[in-house]
Amino acid sequence: MTQPLVEMRGISKHFGGVVALEDVTVNLFPGEVVGLLGHNGAGKSTLIKILAGAHEPDGGQILVNGQPVRIDSPRAARGVGIETIYQTLALADNLDAPANLFLGRELRTRFGMLDDDRMEQATRAVLDRLKIKLRSLKMPVGQMSGGQRQAIAIGRAIHFEAKILIMDEPCAALGPEETAMVGNLVKELKRQGIGIFLISHDMHDVFDLADRVTVMKGGKVVGTYRTSDVSQDDVLAMIISGKLPEAQMDLGGGR
Amino acid sequence: MGGPDSTARGILQAIGIDARVLAMLAALIAIWLAFHALTDGLFLTPRNLWNLAVQTSVVGVLATGMVLIIVARHIDLSVGSVLGFVGMTLAVFQVTIFTPGAGWNTPATIGVALAVGIAAGAFQGWWIAYRLVPAFIVTLAGLLMFRGGAWMLTSGRTLAPMEPDFQVLGGGLTGAIGAPASWALGLGASVIVVALALRGRQRKATFGFPVRPWWGEIVRIGLWLAAILGFVATMNSYLQPRTSIPMGIPVPVLILIAIVLAMEVMTRTTAFGRYIYAMGGNPEATRLSGVDTRKVTFILFALMGALAAVAGIIATARLNAGTNSTGELAELSVIAAAVIGGTSLAGGVGTISGAILGAIIMQSLQNGMVLMGLPSALQSVIIGAVLIIAVWIDVTYRRRLTRSPT
Repeated sequence: MTQPLVEMRGISKHFGGVVALEDVTVNLFPGEVVGLLGHNGAGKSTLIKILAGAHEPDGGQILVNGQPVRIDSPRAARGVGIETIYQTLALADNLDAPANLFLGRELRTRFGMLDDDRMEQATRAVLDRLKIKLRSLKMPVGQMSGGQRQAIAIGRAIHFEAKILIMDEPCAALGPEETAMVGNLVKELKRQGIGIFLISHDMHDVFDLADRVTVMKGGKVVGTYRTSDVSQDDVLAMIISGKLPEAQMDLGGGR
Repeated sequence: MGGPDSTARGILQAIGIDARVLAMLAALIAIWLAFHALTDGLFLTPRNLWNLAVQTSVVGVLATGMVLIIVARHIDLSVGSVLGFVGMTLAVFQVTIFTPGAGWNTPATIGVALAVGIAAGAFQGWWIAYRLVPAFIVTLAGLLMFRGGAWMLTSGRTLAPMEPDFQVLGGGLTGAIGAPASWALGLGASVIVVALALRGRQRKATFGFPVRPWWGEIVRIGLWLAAILGFVATMNSYLQPRTSIPMGIPVPVLILIAIVLAMEVMTRTTAFGRYIYAMGGNPEATRLSGVDTRKVTFILFALMGALAAVAGIIATARLNAGTNSTGELAELSVIAAAVIGGTSLAGGVGTISGAILGAIIMQSLQNGMVLMGLPSALQSVIIGAVLIIAVWIDVTYRRRLTRSPT
């Protein structure tokens, strides 16, 4: 069996007195898509924010390629190959595509100045790979469509050769065609051996793209299943009740 | 968009002039012509334009920093008080502590002033960035504290005179560089403008990016050269009183130009400058991108303090005295200049060149109304009305822009 790309073991987190996560364990293998499902407040977002370096866990361990790592900032997460695509399309609307793609990791000239020409060229190359055509790379991304903006966020992950991708509701702001486009991108990234945590409310999307699903409720993992072994109705029942259907008790965990 | 270049927009694009800059230039020219008529030809004279340039330098220096503060979704209400506090402090050092007439006096005074300004800005920046007290509150407190501090330094006493070589920085009768040096600077700047334009074209071509048409480039360069050389000629046509010796470019205006260039380069070519705009556009995204937004905020306020110090040096040198009221209400002129210059209070949008145009417009209004002999109460009413109307036009323009993104 191959080694997991990521293991999050026994992660807990509380905000003040409120327990957000309690002893949560999930893992992710290369070329695999794992769907995280649960109601609002189930702890999905907190969990991925810990992996992305936006929150620090209060307990537990994170291993990347079997090595324990400390992820205490977004920069540290990127350092171990974790890129995040946020639900809110974490782009600065007033900046253009290259500025957003390289935000926080700008290319510099020999003299330490921003190298806008090289960044523009690299952005064009990445968007060409994603088959995204933009009239001008110099326009603020606020003037672009939802799909184009999502492509820039995904392009960022591709350019920096992410090994692990976190996608938080990647299709929430998109129309049907653009959702299909993002779906194709996910399949392409899988083929390249990238592991993806996919968070979505859309059960259909998840079953279409994910190899396994982890269901969460009240800050705990209800269970993890291969999508080929469970029905959408079973999963829905778990999301709502937080209990395992009797018959599938022993399917949890690995592969 | 993308149509033939015969449209007005196509022409502007080929030259590289923003429609909003053009509108502001048109407004400025209209204001100048109106005042020239209303003052029976006193406004557009070498003497008045020279004075206008000097008057603009204090507000202009502050506006370059205020734009970035507002772009980053903050505000700085304390700049006038920091200016006054720095001015008073440097006067205390120059007049009562350092040896009068010593060659090191003025450089040391400038060093003290910059250090005090940076410390004042850093103090406020620390509360804003690391203690998360809103900038409005911190700098409102700063407005009170530094103004009070300026009074306490000498119990309200005015300190004078400043050293002769310090007075040069204020642009008095000794504070200009004369005709030959002015022409040399103007020609040097012209050469640089042409060289930069050509290098930019070449670089774009190597990367295969679209290049502006030649005629557009030539018009653009021509406008720049006309502006530079026209400015030098105007400054040189103001003669020292009762002589035929041209004054040339005032020193405070040179300081302003140097600061504008430095700040422009900083915002365009450094990561720090880009992060300021990114924070204004989406602070959370910027933080999640791994940018240390608190550090950027802290440095930004320290930088604003340094600029307030420079403004304090100019204002004190010009007055030839340290007074505790120097720079009172300057924050309002500066914020108005930034806003008239197209800076959005919602953050993320604003340019230094726009703010400088805004500062020139504000200062032209004040200068013209003084020449007309309007009572100062009426001047305040008019300035207030202009501010509302300028922002109203801006809001309307922006809304139309977002409705039809072409």
